[in-house]
Parts: sequence; structure tokens; C-alpha cells
Amino acid sequence: MLNYSLKRLASAIPTLFLLITFAFFLIRIAPGGPFDGERALPPDIEANLAAKYHLDEPLPMQYLRYLWQIVRLDFGPSFHYLDWTVNDLIAQGAPVSFTLGGLALLLALAIGIPIGAWAALRQNRPGDYAVMSIAMVGISIPNFVVAPLLILLFAISLGWLPAGGWEFSPSRMVLPVITLALPMIAYIARITRGSMIEVLRSSFIRTARAKGLPEKEILFNHALKPALLPVISYLGPAAAGILTGSVVVERIFTIPGIGSYFVQGALNRDYTLVMGVVILYGILIILFNYLVDLIYAWLDPRIRYDDQEAGA
Amino acid sequence: MNESERDAFDQALDTRVIQGRSLWVDAWHRLLKNRAALASLLVLVVMVALVIIGPMMSDWDHEIPDWDNYSTPPSLETGHLFGTDALGRDLFVRTLIGGRISLLVGIVATLVSLLIGISYGAIAGYFGGRVDNLMMRFVDGIYAMPFMFFVIVLMVIFGRNIFLIFVAIGAVNWLDMARIVRGQTLSLKNKPFVEAARACGATEMQIIRRHIVPNLLGVVIVYVTLTIPQVILIESFLSFLGLGVQEPLTSWGALVNEGAQELETAPWSLLFPAGFLAATLFAFNFLGDGLRDALDPKDRV
Repeated sequence: MLNYSLKRLASAIPTLFLLITFAFFLIRIAPGGPFDGERALPPDIEANLAAKYHLDEPLPMQYLRYLWQIVRLDFGPSFHYLDWTVNDLIAQGAPVSFTLGGLALLLALAIGIPIGAWAALRQNRPGDYAVMSIAMVGISIPNFVVAPLLILLFAISLGWLPAGGWEFSPSRMVLPVITLALPMIAYIARITRGSMIEVLRSSFIRTARAKGLPEKEILFNHALKPALLPVISYLGPAAAGILTGSVVVERIFTIPGIGSYFVQGALNRDYTLVMGVVILYGILIILFNYLVDLIYAWLDPRIRYDDQEAGA
Repeated sequence: MNESERDAFDQALDTRVIQGRSLWVDAWHRLLKNRAALASLLVLVVMVALVIIGPMMSDWDHEIPDWDNYSTPPSLETGHLFGTDALGRDLFVRTLIGGRISLLVGIVATLVSLLIGISYGAIAGYFGGRVDNLMMRFVDGIYAMPFMFFVIVLMVIFGRNIFLIFVAIGAVNWLDMARIVRGQTLSLKNKPFVEAARACGATEMQIIRRHIVPNLLGVVIVYVTLTIPQVILIESFLSFLGLGVQEPLTSWGALVNEGAQELETAPWSLLFPAGFLAATLFAFNFLGDGLRDALDPKDRV
């Protein structure tokens, strides 16, 4: 298992490297420098600024410096918010975004799995069709449509919940978390249903039934664990989905998280901030995929044995 | 054997020798039985027709405001079926024009991703071995990246150009296609029926045309139906953030963005574009699901 986890980690490093390289050269080809203001700066000042930020060095040198910077998780100064480093901005937004995303993910798992399993047990019956149609609606309606509708209903018409803003209180978190979780609930329900149907048809379930185990025990002790494997492998894409979704949700509900900084940074052409967020997101996604691989290998020993055999 | 006898004989023969049904006829019959998929197909046909013809039939233009009606609700009296936006522009026409852009982006960007994905996947699958390994490692590598964000960065750096949207989204979306096509090619290459064809003396071209391509096509069609809504969604997402299509042109995402800002005073400006967008995505997803069931019999229960 340790062997396997190290091997996986080693394969994540080239990806990370590719990401940072791509990010670096994307900034470089961007037209306009960070110090292009309304008025041209005097040449001396510009030279001093360039020297301070090492922009006068040759490109390979700058690239190495950037790599070293990222290794130390230093994303440099923001080009737009003076006196702020990108790290400061991220440190401010991250707790908010992570709370939001984490809660949404938990909610999605807590609702999606039971719904999917329930539908699987009623395969091709009205209950199944109803649930799966609703899930399809959940997948089809984008979250930037869901969010205003939820605001219209719960904040404006009914007046139960605030329409936006952020503090760590349930009433402010309910709508954003639900918005973020809805499409994930739908996906998880669909995946669980599909794999559950497959598992229920397999021979070891028939054996369990044949030896007279109670249905409840078959479901919870035998069927559920293998049926959850595809759900776990969905968590990687789900993490990416949360990050993308949080951009929209934070904007609509005016939540000061990383996502809203990202959009603001993109509109302000604050390249260091934007690339900092992209790299951070990339690291998160790679990390999440890595964890998913580990959980998967832990749950299903065939994977790590197969891998070892292939490697030998 | 006289004429009538021969007819009777032919008829008897007809009933006995059943015409073999091709994969496609079979799939079509299965699709016809799937009411949800059929309804979705109908919705999409109507939607495309409406989007093409609708703006021509209307008295209003998507750019020119109606000076007498700002933010008026839908009514037959004013002639604005979906009402007007804050600048007095007719929402019916704007929704349909937005639909043109959204559908166009969906189709063109999907074709771009199709082109890249099929070539890449087919090459990797066909050559196999080390080339395949290297090419797929690369795909795995960029798969793990937050590509949505790279698209946003690209839009910011290179300006908000509609052709860039096509290319950027297409360039992001080819990864899945490449994986699917590669896997399919790899498994088809070694199937007994390909071997049998080869043993019968079929040429390489004949094998590709008669056996590989038709078998790829099913998966590709299903995947295209499921990619188009994804792409429409990405474009809407960009437009919603103000990074997509620019005025005076519009798209469903841009309209939803405008509508969301006038939610309290003019809910119709959100509801109509959002409804069209959701209906289209819904129909594409359902059709894709139906096609998958129709073309991939092994998944049938």
C-alpha cells in the first residue's frame, strides 16, 4: 500500500510541473505588463521596478525563480491590490470557500447516495423514473440559473433567508451550499443507482440471498461497499466541479471567497492573482485525485495488486 | 412456372428470408420506443427551427430599443411576447438570438473537440505500445488541470472573441473524446470479427470502413449529444461571468446574467432565457441517454 501510494504521488509531480509551466508562460504571453498605467513611468523608475520584481532577468532564470517561488507556496505580489500579496488574498478567501465547498460535498454525498440506492431497488418502476428525471433536471439546470431562482423564492418572495453576504451562520450558508450541492446530488444519485443495479445482479449477492441472509444485511453489508466505488472515483471531478461552481455561487451570493477574487482578478487583469488561484486549484485537484486513488486502492485490493504485477 | 406462381413463390420466400437488420435500423427502432428521447428530439428540432425563423418573424430587433416600453412584462398589447429588458429591447427576439449563439457555440466547439479528440485517440489506439502510453500520459496530465480556469484566463488575455470561444472550449473538451475513441479503437483492433474479416481477405481500408468506423460511430454520436450541452453550459458560464459573447450579440448565459440582476423588478427577463437554456440542455441530455441505450445494447436491462 505504501509502495502504491508513493508511486501515485510520483506520477502526480509531472502533472504539477506541467501546470506551473503552463501557467508561467501564459502570463508571459499576456500583452501588457503589470506596470502599464495611464501615464508612462519614467524610465529610471520602470527599471527599478523591473529589478525589484526580477523582470530584467533572462526568461529561463525568471522561470526557475517562479518555480522556486511556487515550491515555497509564494504566489508573489498582487498587481492590482497594492500592498497585498496573492497569499494574503488567498488566506482571506480560502476558509470561506473551503467551508462552502466542504459542506456542499458532504450534503451531496449524504443525499445523493441514499437516493441513488433507493432508485436502484425500484429499478424501472415509477419511483425510479421520477427520481431519475428529477436528477436529470438537476444536471441540466446550471447553477447560475438555480441560484437566482432560489433567491427569488426564499429571499424575495418568502423572505426566509438573506439573499447574499457572508458570515459563518447557517442562515447565510443554506442557499449557497444548496446551490453548489444540487448538481452533485444529481450526479451521485445517478452513479450510485447505476453501480448498485450492477452489483445487485452479481453472483455474490445471489449467494448471500441463497444462504438466507436478511435483505437489510445484504444491502448494507454486501452491496453498498462495492457500489460506492464509482462514487468515490467521481469525487475527483466533483472537486473540480465545486471549484468551478464556487466561482458562480460566490459571485451571485456576494461571498468573499477565492472564486470571487478569481473573477475580479480576471476582469482587472491581475495576472499574478489569477495564476495563483489557478495553480492553487490545480494543486487541490491533483491532491484530491491522489486521495481518491488511495481510497480506491484501499477499498479494492485488486487495484494495488494489479499495479504491482504490472510494475514487476 | 407462370407469372402468378412465381409471385406466390417470391412472397413465400420473402416471409422466410428475413432481411438482416443493420445496427442502425436496430438502434433507430429502439430509440423510437424511448418516449423521453423522442420527445427530446422533437424539442430540439422545434428549438432549432424557432431560433432560426423566430427573429425573422418578429417586428422587433435584438438591438434597437422600443422607446415606449422599458422593462415591461410580457403582454400581447405591446407586442413583446416575453416583455422587454431594462433598455427596452424585445426579450423574445433577444432570447432567440441568444439561442442562435448558444447553439452555434455548442455545435461548432463540439466539432472542434471531435476533430482533435478523434484524431488523437485513433492515432494513440491504432499505434498502441509506447506511442499510446506517452500520448495517454499526456492526456492524463492535462486532465487533472483546472481547465475551466485556463479558458477564463485565455478569454481575459486575448479578448472576448467568439472564435476564441469555439477554439478554447473545443481545446478543453477533446480529452474525453480522445480517451473514448482510443479505448474503442484499441479493443476493436483485436476483436474476432476484425480477424475474421482479415482472414476473408478484406483489405485494411475495408476493415476500417466496414468494421472499425461503424463501431466507433455509435460511441461518438452518443458522446457528441452529451458534449453539446456541456459546451453550451461552458459558454453560458463564461457569458454569465461577463467573459463570453459581447454586446450587441448575446447568448443565453449573458441573458441569464442580465436577468439575474433585475430579478426583483423584472423576473421575466430571467425566466425566459433560463427556461430555454434549461429545456435545451435537458433535451440534449435525455437524447444522449436514449441514444446510448439504443446504440449500446449490452447496457440494456
